[in-house]
Amino acid sequence: MLTNASHYLLSTLLSFFLLALPFQAANASNSQGSLPEPWQLGMLEAASPIKKIIHDFHFDLMIIMTAIVIFVLALLVIVIWRFRRSNNPVPSKTTHNVTLEVIWTLIPLMIVMAIAVPSFKLIYYANTNPDPEMTIKVTGYQWYWGYEYPDHGGFSFLSYMIPDEELKPGEQRLLETDTKVVLPIDTNIRVLVTATDVIHSWAIPALGVKKDAVPGLISETWLKIDRPGDYYGQCSEICGINHAYMPIQIRAVEKQEFEKWVEKAKETY
Amino acid sequence: MADHKPGFIQRWLYSTNHKDIGTLYLIFSIFAAVIGGGLSMVMRMELMEPGLQYVANGHEWNVFITAHGLIMIFFVVMPGLIGGFGNWFLPIMIGAPDMAFPRLNNVSFWLTFVAFGLLILSGAQLYWGDGTGGAGTGWTFYPPLSSGVGHPNISVDLAIFSFHLAGAASILGAANFITTIFNMRAPGMSLHKMPLFVWAMLVTSFLLVLALPVFGGAITMLLTDRNFGTSFFIPEGGGDPLLYQHLFWFFGHPEVYIMILPAFGIISHITSTFSRKPIFGYLGMVYAMVAIGFVGFVVWAHHMFTSGISANAQVYFTAATLIIAVPTGVKIFSWIATMWGGSLTFETPMLWSIGFIFLFVVGGVTGVILANAGVNTVLHDTYYVVAHFHYVLSLGAVFGLFAGWYYWIGKMSGRQYPELLGKIHFYMTFIGVNLVFFPQHFLGMAGMPRRIPDYPDAYAGWNYISSVGAVITGLSVVLFLFIAFYTVLAGRKCEDNPWGEGANTLEWHLSSPPPFHQFEIQPQIR
Repeated sequence: MLTNASHYLLSTLLSFFLLALPFQAANASNSQGSLPEPWQLGMLEAASPIKKIIHDFHFDLMIIMTAIVIFVLALLVIVIWRFRRSNNPVPSKTTHNVTLEVIWTLIPLMIVMAIAVPSFKLIYYANTNPDPEMTIKVTGYQWYWGYEYPDHGGFSFLSYMIPDEELKPGEQRLLETDTKVVLPIDTNIRVLVTATDVIHSWAIPALGVKKDAVPGLISETWLKIDRPGDYYGQCSEICGINHAYMPIQIRAVEKQEFEKWVEKAKETY
Repeated sequence: MADHKPGFIQRWLYSTNHKDIGTLYLIFSIFAAVIGGGLSMVMRMELMEPGLQYVANGHEWNVFITAHGLIMIFFVVMPGLIGGFGNWFLPIMIGAPDMAFPRLNNVSFWLTFVAFGLLILSGAQLYWGDGTGGAGTGWTFYPPLSSGVGHPNISVDLAIFSFHLAGAASILGAANFITTIFNMRAPGMSLHKMPLFVWAMLVTSFLLVLALPVFGGAITMLLTDRNFGTSFFIPEGGGDPLLYQHLFWFFGHPEVYIMILPAFGIISHITSTFSRKPIFGYLGMVYAMVAIGFVGFVVWAHHMFTSGISANAQVYFTAATLIIAVPTGVKIFSWIATMWGGSLTFETPMLWSIGFIFLFVVGGVTGVILANAGVNTVLHDTYYVVAHFHYVLSLGAVFGLFAGWYYWIGKMSGRQYPELLGKIHFYMTFIGVNLVFFPQHFLGMAGMPRRIPDYPDAYAGWNYISSVGAVITGLSVVLFLFIAFYTVLAGRKCEDNPWGEGANTLEWHLSSPPPFHQFEIQPQIR
């Protein structure tokens, strides 16, 4: 029983681990927008400079972390095999080894220091907004989002989820909104985020943006969209009964098209 | 004399004996786990397919997830690891006849018991009245959702009272442990000779004493905001919702180490016992725990990377959080080095222990990834976080609970568990929980938010797999309950030391079960 049991344990550990390897490999190849795909394993394809850096950095981290997990797993497998009672009836009396202990303290320390450098760069990049070309203001409400374009005459509109029964073919259940947030591509956009009732969180995974909408506080973030398409996100801070039903939908368009939309929007809203 | 037991009421309701109180805590923990785990089964069934099938609306869902988190943390893991195994074995391991303050110990248990009742009462409000009752705030109680704006009825107040009591119980318990450890060790047992479980309990107790008052303060401010017109966290009155988050996580982050450190202690004992070899790098293990406890207090805002804190604050909290990987690594490598050169056998407690070491590494590396504020922007509040903290808690702390249960049940009850069933229980749980939580990494990376009862259809596949895992895990819990009843009622008699030469802490020198009052003659430690 003992032998069978531990073999079973090992094979479970191994198969479990093989599942982990393609972790990052698959990326949705939908060039339009940012929809998650069934059975997707990795992150959504990057559609902004911030997300591109996050993506690459995460990939590097995954390699280091996968190596660590493989290393520990290999050690466990070796130990379980070599030092089982049938293979090693007399236990050693070793209780410590200063050199070894210093090494396994210093090497992890060096690994985290190596991680810290690109990590800090990414943080400052994501939090420093170089010359914004336009601004939008996002306000979270229970349970919808409000958008305002202060640089384009200050028109504003509210954005609600389209309920299941009103969806048209091709629209995304739980993600589609009645009014899209139209934004130009290749433009450095400052985003101001706040809320009026409880805390919400404005998130668009493919653009690498997530900012809590806190009542009484205006937070700032920025985005720059690489290519046209629809980008989706969902409220990412629990906010009450309809937390699951206040999605974010950005429609990124060419700059000229955006200008045309602004003219129309000024009349509509 | 040593084994004179009082009558039933005296013994179990007025209990002052540390072993009896430990038993009460363990029974309580298993009972609460059935309720808290039952909620998670409902949650997984709801998430098995897109759309709403079982819960009426998002509020009922929110009440369920809130209750699940709170019950599992405060009424399963803490009472089990700290109240249960801590009470049972800490005095015995240091050669003491009982805890320093036996009556305080009794108060701690019954306060926890009443606190649980209040929390159930809070959740039960959901089914009284118009369906807006119940605290659907998440276990973090973030205002303004938890203020009058989001939850105007009494449920959040009841939950706050519940955690006043649970917090007081834990602080009293922690003071009791600290006093016991510092004053009641047997002659010859210097601090550096204490078993690692006792060290783990010492560090845990200090974390409890330092962190819980802050939590108590934060929820009391929330209470006065709700009822007495203050505005600590209400922006309209000059308050700041983020202040609450800082206070909460100053408690909340040490809390995760409060849950995992006792499990570290248990795993150390089991690894050493079944390797038939003393623990490797004892001092390194001790000071790694002290370091984890210390650094654990200065990393709280890594839970708030998207809340609007400054870039400099994000850099600091990223750096401090990454540092925790170092002492944690020391512990992992020391456990493996303990096994290295040993003479290993794989009884059930050892299987849980090896499972713990590997899965804690998996949960640990995802923690390192989440520690980076930049990457965290994408993963915060997604299922990736759910996967991460269940790997360190549901597969970490809970594996520690089961490891301890199988390791000590023979000692505690005098009857040994059935080995084959114990192993089946381990493999079922191991497969089940990995199926539940591993796919959640994929869901989180693809962007699925936490705390939603319905999700976009693309997430259906992995959610289905996850729910299938939950069914397997649920069945393994049923098996565990059978094993527990079978062991206590009809298990074979357990000898004083069933594990052989590797088990050398003091509990194995006593009879199984130990006499009602142990150590009438004080043991001498060489």
